[in-house]
Amino acid sequence: MTDHQIKDQAARDAAASVADYEHGWSSDIETDFAPKGLTEDTVRFISGKKNEPEWMLDWRLKAFRMWQTMEAPDWAKLNVPPIDYQDAYYYAAPKPKKTLASLDEVDPEILKVYQKLGIPIEEQKVLAGVEGARRVAVDAVFDSVSVATTFRAELEKAGVIFRPISEAIKEYPELVKKWLGKIVPMHDNYFATLNCAVFSDGTFVYIPEGVRCPMELSTYFRINAENTGQFERTLIIADKGSYVSYLEGCTAPMRDENQLHAAVVELVALDDAEIKYSTVQNWYPGNAEGLGGIYNFVTKRALCQGARSKVSWTQVETGSAITWKYPSCVLNGENSVGEFYSVAVTNNFQQADTGTKMIHNGKGSRSTIVSKGISAGHSNNTYRGLVRVAPQAEGVRNFTQCDSLLLGSVSGAHTVPYIEVRNPSAQIEHEATTSKISDDQLFYAMQRGLAQEEAVALIVNGFAKEVLQQLPMEFAVEAQKLLGISLEGSVG
Amino acid sequence: MLQINNLHATVADKPILKGLSLQINAGEIHAIMGPNGAGKSTLTYTLGGRPGYEVTDGSVSFDGQDLLALAPHERAAAGLFLGFQYPVEIPGVSNVQFLREALNSQRKVRGEEPLSGGEFLKIARAQADAMGMDMEMLKRPVNVGFSGGEKKRNEMVQMGILDPVLAILDETDSGLDIDALRVVGDGINRIMRKPDKAVLLITHYQRLLDYVKPDFVHVLAGGRIVRTGGPELALELEEDGYKEMAA
Repeated sequence: MTDHQIKDQAARDAAASVADYEHGWSSDIETDFAPKGLTEDTVRFISGKKNEPEWMLDWRLKAFRMWQTMEAPDWAKLNVPPIDYQDAYYYAAPKPKKTLASLDEVDPEILKVYQKLGIPIEEQKVLAGVEGARRVAVDAVFDSVSVATTFRAELEKAGVIFRPISEAIKEYPELVKKWLGKIVPMHDNYFATLNCAVFSDGTFVYIPEGVRCPMELSTYFRINAENTGQFERTLIIADKGSYVSYLEGCTAPMRDENQLHAAVVELVALDDAEIKYSTVQNWYPGNAEGLGGIYNFVTKRALCQGARSKVSWTQVETGSAITWKYPSCVLNGENSVGEFYSVAVTNNFQQADTGTKMIHNGKGSRSTIVSKGISAGHSNNTYRGLVRVAPQAEGVRNFTQCDSLLLGSVSGAHTVPYIEVRNPSAQIEHEATTSKISDDQLFYAMQRGLAQEEAVALIVNGFAKEVLQQLPMEFAVEAQKLLGISLEGSVG
Repeated sequence: MLQINNLHATVADKPILKGLSLQINAGEIHAIMGPNGAGKSTLTYTLGGRPGYEVTDGSVSFDGQDLLALAPHERAAAGLFLGFQYPVEIPGVSNVQFLREALNSQRKVRGEEPLSGGEFLKIARAQADAMGMDMEMLKRPVNVGFSGGEKKRNEMVQMGILDPVLAILDETDSGLDIDALRVVGDGINRIMRKPDKAVLLITHYQRLLDYVKPDFVHVLAGGRIVRTGGPELALELEEDGYKEMAA
């Protein structure tokens, strides 16, 4: 049996045993699984499992009732198979993964990718879930097991709060209440509403006034990455004059049996604050025939509330069968700045509809959009972006650049810009190009000594360079390799 | 070093090379001249292994190896360098990165250790200096925004860095003014005129041969070598044209 089947079977067994009770089940029954399907009881169960306060449960229930009246959006250029929301599990306690005795037990395909990425052996063990590896990896990377604790202490000294959101709800209810659902409203869209009702856990970050977060939260996060599940919820608050760089994701291929992912990420930057949010997404894209793979419906939005605040989104999207994702900035603050740098790669039968929204409400607000789409195989890759300038927003500037690169003759690239300007002082620039990797380029590179796949990787990385150089250094290197690996076998 | 026997090749099912034979020994410089459409570029690409150039008959041996059995990058690693008539632009990839990866890939195929960034830059700087090219240009994306002359000069810098055994230079002289022609000619002599190396120059005109003196001149017409001689043959062609030969 595959991992998938094992887990599925375990879930069925658990659900079946629970279902033996005459009235189904209730939240006080000791079980690790919520039974299949989505009802108010599922929501109560999740909230109960997290020992959430009453207000949080009410909030979830309100979202659930709202969601029941909504319909899935169909405006994206995506072919989404019907999703049966009642034929899925919404809560399973984070169970330790099946531990492996050594790397020999890992799927050789996955090992190959680790090697190509140049991930150190000890880190490979952590990623693959080899027994006892975590401790070793922390040692190998950071010298001592206590480093994680040291990090935590250092963050606390700076006043930075960095917690699972389930803890923050209990420990910092006022902060959470003030901003949760304020950037992405509960009714925002079908998937965001669903997330409100059933989110399992996620991350909460608060950077106090004037504090520059002493480390990239990526370093810390990566080592300590827990399986946060399919409905992740992130809230990052940067108080006045603060700065934080946050990185989510991993270049190593991530497999997850949950087909539907619907995360919500909310960022808020107050006066003079800056948030840099980088994502590398490499969820399982399905096989070469287009079977399987994650559906990734994510809502990410930043509120640049304060004057001169700045939020910068950088994303490298290579995974998932379906990607529906538009990290956006609502630029309320005067002279606030929004940036979006994106590389989206689709191969085989992957579909991506991704882009951004820059909503200019503040005077003198500026935004930059650089999107690089790469399509190979039978895939479809769409950039969809909105630049909106409100009537009161004087002196707004936007620069958008959308470049598409095609490999092969049956892949698709599409660019759908929406521009709504209600103030005549705005300066909006939009540039778009579509090109193919030419046979001339490939042969030239191969004649100089590069194997075909190396040549493709080099050319693609050149194409995506402006975005890759926005990533934190150590991830930029891995992301470069990842682009090459994602496109293997796509030429010739 | 290079032994071409009765080579037949087609492009899109159209026969272009029709029984071409040619032998090049180490230490020799050969020139191939010929009218448009004679098959000069086809010969270059076929030897380089470009997809779409199909060998239908004949054999090519390079230093004892069956050249036609190798993939393009393996031919490069074996020591074959093509100077392109139209060098290709690769946006976003610097010359330094491009050449370092190319050189290290070649070294990997040959079972040699990769060069570190420092070691590579030392070689690159020496070759750029020798061609009178600013290092800043080597840091720019491959051939992007280069003039015609700069692209050809860059080909010579690449050749110097990759240090091949056999260079096939396809109309390297086209689009060069007289000063650039001298610089490129000097580069070919400096890098390739050695007892263990050889050059095949493919050209329309005599003028490059004033700088790079060939040991043999061949006339390619109708997909075959129709005449072979010494340097004087090039002068003769310059005066009389190819008419007689093509007939």
